[in-house]
Amino acid sequence: MVDIVFLALAAISIGSAVAALEAREIVYGAVALGVSFLGLAGFFIILDAPFVALFQITVYVGAVVVLILFTVMLVRREKLAKTPAGWERAVGILAAAALAIGMGSVAFASGLQRWVAPQGGAISFREIGVQLITQYGPALLILGLVLAAAVIGALTLAKVEREEK
Amino acid sequence: MSLGAEPLLDYFLVSTVLFAIGVYGLVTKRNALRMLFAIEIIINAANLNFVAFSRYLSTPNVTGQTVALFSIALAAAEAAVGLAIIILVFRVNREIDVLELRRLRG
Repeated sequence: MVDIVFLALAAISIGSAVAALEAREIVYGAVALGVSFLGLAGFFIILDAPFVALFQITVYVGAVVVLILFTVMLVRREKLAKTPAGWERAVGILAAAALAIGMGSVAFASGLQRWVAPQGGAISFREIGVQLITQYGPALLILGLVLAAAVIGALTLAKVEREEK
Repeated sequence: MSLGAEPLLDYFLVSTVLFAIGVYGLVTKRNALRMLFAIEIIINAANLNFVAFSRYLSTPNVTGQTVALFSIALAAAEAAVGLAIIILVFRVNREIDVLELRRLRG
């Protein structure tokens, strides 16, 4: 039995994902991408992962979508919205449908529909903090270095060369 | 707030549909920004699978959530670098249509 909240979240996230790719104006596409991320945050909440949901809202909706919106404002030109040729779109739809049907039928054959959530509630998300600083401590340090390198690289790439003028 | 009525298959199907939408965007779109949208959608589909599968384990486990956190952080770094590259390409070429960027084509 499918829950109404689950159906609503699925409709929001999938419909907004389609809208993000197909919206005529790319600004609306960026906003629809943010709505899709919010729908996925709802999925994380009903999966008893509130910490991941908050992280998703903070990082994706708060940072990535705003960054994308700034870039869209900087880069937007109407003639960039070229529509692909008809056969290109048909190939894309065929590839996506083949992937979805193939993976879906594999999932049906594997008996995933018999898996229901174990009773007794979810584990406390304090465990995430413990795991982050013990088992995944080195990975966390490397992640910090990766983020620093990404920020420095992005700043270097986007820096305006003053002597061009 | 455990609803828990759905089998794991439903989450997997939602994730699969999102992944297929992302692949469709990557195949058909020529605008570099739209391709970045498609990549973000694919990463989110993967994160949904991590969290759903770790929730449905018979023994309680948060490893899936931890991996999803790492994945979100790496996706943020990837988006920052990708957007910087798009801005740089636009400044040099006045164009972000990936089929028009053929300067490096042999």
